[in-house]
Amino acid sequence: MGLVESGKLPKPLSKLLNISRKYSIWAYQWGLACCAIEMGAAFASPRYDVMRLGVIPFPASPRQADLVVIAGTVTDKLAPAVVRLYEQMPDPKYVISMGSCANCGGPYWDSYSVTKGVDQLIPVDVYVPGCPPRPEALLEGIILLQERIAHEDMAERWKGEPIVVG
Amino acid sequence: MRTKIWPSVGRVSQLSSADTETLEEAAPAIDEAREAVLAEITARLGEGVVGSHIRPGDDLWIRVDRANWVAAAEAAKAMGYRFFDFLSAIDWLPSPFGRDMDSQEDRVVSGTPAKEPEAMVQGYAGGETRFQLLARVYSISAGMGITFKCDLPDDDLTAGTWSNVYAGANWHEREAREMFGFSFDGHPNMINLYLPADFVGHPLRKDFPLLARRVRPWPGIVDVEPMPGVADEEGEGE
Amino acid sequence: MTAISDPQSVAALAAEAVDNRVNLDFETEGMTLNMGPQHPATHGTLRIIARLDGEQVISAEPMCGYMHRGYEKLTEVRTYPQINALINRIDWLGSFANEVPFILAAEKLMGVEAPPRAQWIRTILFEMSRIANISLFLGDFGLQLGGMTAGFYAFRDREWVLNQIESATGGRFHPNFDRIGGLKDDLPKGWIESSHTAMDKLLAFCDELEDLLVGNEIFQARTRGIGVIPAEIALSYGLSGANLRASGVDWDLRRDNCPPGLVYDKADWKVWTHPDGDCFARTWVRLQETREAAKIVKQLLDTIPSGPVMAKVPRIIKVPEGEAYVATENPLGEMGYYVVSKGDLVPFRVKIRSASFNNISVVPWVARGAYVPDLISILGSLYFILGDIDR
Repeated sequence: MGLVESGKLPKPLSKLLNISRKYSIWAYQWGLACCAIEMGAAFASPRYDVMRLGVIPFPASPRQADLVVIAGTVTDKLAPAVVRLYEQMPDPKYVISMGSCANCGGPYWDSYSVTKGVDQLIPVDVYVPGCPPRPEALLEGIILLQERIAHEDMAERWKGEPIVVG
Repeated sequence: MRTKIWPSVGRVSQLSSADTETLEEAAPAIDEAREAVLAEITARLGEGVVGSHIRPGDDLWIRVDRANWVAAAEAAKAMGYRFFDFLSAIDWLPSPFGRDMDSQEDRVVSGTPAKEPEAMVQGYAGGETRFQLLARVYSISAGMGITFKCDLPDDDLTAGTWSNVYAGANWHEREAREMFGFSFDGHPNMINLYLPADFVGHPLRKDFPLLARRVRPWPGIVDVEPMPGVADEEGEGE
Repeated sequence: MTAISDPQSVAALAAEAVDNRVNLDFETEGMTLNMGPQHPATHGTLRIIARLDGEQVISAEPMCGYMHRGYEKLTEVRTYPQINALINRIDWLGSFANEVPFILAAEKLMGVEAPPRAQWIRTILFEMSRIANISLFLGDFGLQLGGMTAGFYAFRDREWVLNQIESATGGRFHPNFDRIGGLKDDLPKGWIESSHTAMDKLLAFCDELEDLLVGNEIFQARTRGIGVIPAEIALSYGLSGANLRASGVDWDLRRDNCPPGLVYDKADWKVWTHPDGDCFARTWVRLQETREAAKIVKQLLDTIPSGPVMAKVPRIIKVPEGEAYVATENPLGEMGYYVVSKGDLVPFRVKIRSASFNNISVVPWVARGAYVPDLISILGSLYFILGDIDR
């Protein structure tokens, strides 16, 4: 939209757009390891229901998603796939790194085949620590992300250089 | 609470032993079933069996020489050991990096490790080389398993493939190849299983370093941060 | 090459007949389908490269290693309690079950035995982790075949078991509760009563799932006669657990070769087998096993002896020299640890025999001649956890 890119979007309208964006996040299913089970419990079980926050965990394809939760250990063999799937997501996109393996390598910090943190590959917005983090912790991470989106300056995001990975 | 003692470990049983040492518990001193299995394998392989060990009531280790590695599998399968458990290897070289946990705190707690490199000592059923193949098969009807070992000379790390006898050995041999650097004659599909295709090195060898620990060594067994102003406690012993 | 059993050869012949009728005028060259590491139906990062002829699979090669974290190398630089914390994450659904064979192997080499109360609680938690693991399988298998309801029910009812594990050990999964010589702590007050309630809810869940899923016509059409594995092939590949029992082999490590330290002989329970060896048989056996596990837990809860939960072991664990292999009947199959110790704080070599590694190695054999949707049924029914395959 021309208004957004040129920075002439009136404040109330950008606030409205941010609010509507933060309450309609589509998170796509990219569960790697044990954290995926906690993510599944957060997304699918009626106890830690994530849909009440507006996050719909349905898409299985990155093309339709705005949020990816990297839940689990990223290995060097998988790293190109992570980058590729991140690039397939359309802008604006957000990344939550869930669990200590995705944050920094976790309990496998000295392994020969583990990438020490997914932020070596893709830019991360929210880090959720834990091994595995409880579903409530992931929900808090999502709420933090929503607050971040609410205060986002859309002009900066659209006008700035595209984030090129690799 | 009195702790019960298992049948003693580390006892080597000769092929023709008539061991009458009494143990504390009711475990048999001679395991007739396993001795019979050992006798039958020896009868089938003859000179191929170069070492053995029986832990009574528990397990049987048989070491064969390389020429008889596949013959051992066939013999076991013919005897009814049709369940394939696993196939891997042991690298007996003591790690040149030490215990990799030799910080100040560790030495206080558990003693200073030896400064000279230790000698290479193999385990049950003996052995002369650095690399030993290790495989285990099981018999559902007898309820017993056999652990096979085989020495591989350092200059020629090849052995016959078990995948024609036990189909499950296919993947296990692929893993052993990429982790240790062996090659298996007659294996249909020797490509990497776990590691990326461009991985350099064989990770499970003892001289393959874990680089993260070289860059930043292990800080030591630390229970809690000491209270400010309190003298450090002495290391906890037994 | 062993003979293929009858249902599979019949299915292959029928498929060929259909192909010959339909594809006379079409050129169906082989297409390569890559079910990549990210796929909702592959339980994690397993990649299957399938060569297809039309809709039929000519060859399906699983490529694993996308979750390979190097456990066997990491165990060479960690002390025994540290390894205990790490190996929880191999089979990450039934995680208490991963610790048990390793602890038993270390106890065997040290010559200690846990006190009876610890053995009881260990067995109870082992069975609870089996329930947690397999109830997710039942729900997830339904999800993959299109029955989403089963997935939601499973996640809901698993929470009962996870609550119990959490109140006893502190962690929903990755409890890290087992110690060499016993357990970390005793049970909290009221745990036994609440576990009884949880097991009753689980038994109700099993009944519900049997009506919902197993009796469903579509489920039966998608799983009966699909992916038949004869017993000889299963033994030769080293399949274990429910996969082996569904092919008719009556073998359960809990009954037949139970390592000392677990008290399965103190409860009255049954081993379930099924002669067919197809996907339906595997699912059915697992469902019955979940019920049996709940019954075992209820019986053991009634007979827990009192006493200490930890034997007298030194604070710093140094395991004497020796080698030991202990295998137990884990939720996924037979899991074993071959521990080589040189009398040090740190083991010399630990070989982890994980069940899913052998379970998945049979996929190239069993997927020949199957259709692409059947590939999902086969993978789902063989039931693997990526951490267990890739260690």
